[in-house]
Amino acid sequence: MSAGSFLREAIIAGIALCVLIAVPFVTDSSAAIDFGIRLAAFAVFATSLNMLVGFGGMVSFGHALYFGAGAYSFGLIMQHFAMPIPLAFVLAVGFCATVALIVGAICVRLSEIYFAFLTLAFQMLFHSIIISWTSFTGGDQGLMGGLPRPPFLGLDLVDPTDLYWFAVIVGVASLLLMRYILQSPFGYSLRMVRDNAERAKFLGINVWRIKLYAFIMAGCFGGVGGIIMALLVSGAFPEFTYWTMSGEAVFMVLMGGINTFIGPVLGAALLLGFNDVITRVTDHHGLALGAIVLLFALVFKHGIADFLAQGWQKIRNKGEHA
Amino acid sequence: MDSAALLDCFTSVSCIVTQTSTGLIVGALLFMVAAGLTLIFGVLGIVNFAHGSLYMLGAYIALSAFRISDSFVISTIVGALGVGLFSLFFERFFMRRVYGADVLMQLLVCYAFILILDDAVKIIWGSEFQSMGMPAYFQQPPVFLGGGVIPVFYIYLIGIAALMAIVLWFILSKTKVGKIVRAAAGNPSMTSALGLNTSLIYAGVFAFGGALAGLAGALAAPVRSMSPGMGFSVLIESFIVTVIGGMGSVAGALIGALLIGLIRSFGSIGFPLFIEGIMFIAMAAILVLKPSGILGKETRK
Repeated sequence: MSAGSFLREAIIAGIALCVLIAVPFVTDSSAAIDFGIRLAAFAVFATSLNMLVGFGGMVSFGHALYFGAGAYSFGLIMQHFAMPIPLAFVLAVGFCATVALIVGAICVRLSEIYFAFLTLAFQMLFHSIIISWTSFTGGDQGLMGGLPRPPFLGLDLVDPTDLYWFAVIVGVASLLLMRYILQSPFGYSLRMVRDNAERAKFLGINVWRIKLYAFIMAGCFGGVGGIIMALLVSGAFPEFTYWTMSGEAVFMVLMGGINTFIGPVLGAALLLGFNDVITRVTDHHGLALGAIVLLFALVFKHGIADFLAQGWQKIRNKGEHA
Repeated sequence: MDSAALLDCFTSVSCIVTQTSTGLIVGALLFMVAAGLTLIFGVLGIVNFAHGSLYMLGAYIALSAFRISDSFVISTIVGALGVGLFSLFFERFFMRRVYGADVLMQLLVCYAFILILDDAVKIIWGSEFQSMGMPAYFQQPPVFLGGGVIPVFYIYLIGIAALMAIVLWFILSKTKVGKIVRAAAGNPSMTSALGLNTSLIYAGVFAFGGALAGLAGALAAPVRSMSPGMGFSVLIESFIVTVIGGMGSVAGALIGALLIGLIRSFGSIGFPLFIEGIMFIAMAAILVLKPSGILGKETRK
């Protein structure tokens, strides 16, 4: 990406961030603040999965491993060592990178469905370890007792509003960073590997390495989502690493659209919104959500963002022909 | 990890017999679910993520049929046929639309049905745990073998599963229908060029695979407590079984199912909390060493 276009996107991100930061001054609804924090966590998580699914052509069913790894490692570091939050944050992301390096080195050479299953296997293995290592992780009860959250840089994360600001800043920064990575030469090599690995190989691209780098980066950002979540719930739970969490992320990505960078963010907002609304208006949560999923799979066939982008393209084409 | 208890068990014949029989029925049920899954993958090339829910549906339909007819044979047949019919509906109106699409779309449609079926079961049968109870003619003293205890129903269950394995093998390798199905699996466009209706074959295989899951659910009804969502763990385990055995291979599914059944029953003594962990390690090991599974063909990538 040229410096100019990145500057433009950085400005857009900056404006979005300013708007988001202003939200607590407009409303004092705790539900909105809570929604904002969860959205920040899931937007980063879903977008990191889309780095693999949409841009790398690697369908991972086990991405929640990193969400959980981020949440648990961050929680455990905070509970065991008195450490400033930024340092623990960096260490937790480092842990996710290490796990992703090991898992990725084994997984990325496998094709399609086997890749999906092996990532799922590693995730469930991690889940089993968390469930069975009760003395360290709290087992199926989760990481209890709350996380110490010492104030830093004037932010006291025990306060929901401060936590909200922290979450949106980290969220927007992560999204911008992922955008930068995906628009870099590396990002285009990744797209090429997705579209035609053979050809990429002929051109001297080390396919295995490109895929592995993407896998590690996706793992790191997935961990960032988990850390935000751990801060929100002040703990970590085995559900974070369960396969339903991976399923939700896949669904967010698909609902938003895999071909548009911002799609998964939209998908995350939609799914979180649907979940909140559906649980409020009906007891038949599954029935309603299932119908919505079917609608997306069989009628729209693409995510919302792709759908809109195509429509926009059509309008523009018409304009040019006229 | 309680390796002492596991070691104790291995030195006592009665414990080995009891655990092996438990492992065998777990494996027998798992085999029937996984056989359907692997058959559908082998012929249609799609992964039916809703397969666990079909198992659940089989169990619940059998429960109702048993309460009405008071006959376990009738409830089993109704359970299997009912789920077979439902699978036909599912395939014709929904799955058929995503055959060409990538695996994510298939996953999505199945995910929708998992959610819908779980909720439908909740509405029809209630969300509390239900149990069918052991049918009267199986309420007999268990068989004693080397000090171990084997309930009569277990023997019946293992017998049915063995019978199904033989029937499946016979149909697939000795009959004309089996030949057609194998042809459709190997080369669908050639098969349809020869004048066979592949769309119909797909529907038939999907319905048959679903019926197998329903049969397993119906047979499991007396020994498992039922709740909405019971399909999840079965789905995951039958995935592991098909991956270990080789996706598309029915014989592989049998080996994989027995292996997982034994890991589950002996694991419950030695490492009750890490059973799933061991199963996933087994699956990961297979995927790393031989991604196509123990009996899978190398060709399909």
